[in-house]
Amino acid sequence: MVDVFRALDDETRRLVLDELSVRDGQTLFELCSVLAMRHGLSLTRQAISQHLGVLESAGLLTTERRGRSKFHYFNPEPLAQITGRWPTRKRTEP
Amino acid sequence: MKIALTSLFVDDQRAALAFYTEVLGFQKRHDIPLGEDSWLTVVSPESPHGPELLLEPARHPAVKPYRDALAEDGIPLAQFAVDNIEAEHARLTGLGVVFTQPPTDIGTAFVAVFDDTCGNLIQLIEMKPDADNTP
Repeated sequence: MVDVFRALDDETRRLVLDELSVRDGQTLFELCSVLAMRHGLSLTRQAISQHLGVLESAGLLTTERRGRSKFHYFNPEPLAQITGRWPTRKRTEP
Repeated sequence: MKIALTSLFVDDQRAALAFYTEVLGFQKRHDIPLGEDSWLTVVSPESPHGPELLLEPARHPAVKPYRDALAEDGIPLAQFAVDNIEAEHARLTGLGVVFTQPPTDIGTAFVAVFDDTCGNLIQLIEMKPDADNTP
């Protein structure tokens, strides 16, 4: 769980997850494009690749090879563990 | 100086000619036999005297690792401009072309990426009317 919090403690990595939750299964090239064009991030491809590695080690991202290309998917399972441990409850009147 | 010709490596020149003409809709410009291979170029019917695309044999040993590494990361090797990307996506998908990226809004343009079946990823781009792309 420590890995998950560390992975989320970075705006670029949060944006990557935002983009994958809008459209899952993107290549590194597509993620670089949307981060640059939509979010104005001028990061190198290498830097974004490293961010993807951090997300993958934390279990928040999985990759799949299809044909000759590699696609990235958002895995929300570690986040479910967080809400499982600290469930959000509706405030009830006393 | 202006760009008159650019090239793409292709696994099989005859298969590439079929894909680039019959599926994508380019026209053959030059097909000059050179031993086993040809000096094989295509042009867009929208600008028949515009830049030529050379379909270059991919036999050189450096080509495979180069293209495989780019394909893994989804990096296209050429970009073609279209007027209506949704219509092209539908047309090409109907012809069996596989897209690694469906038409996607990137702000100033819509882009999509497909596999040219000859070893390359190709990007299509439709610029938005209000996007000023000239320097």
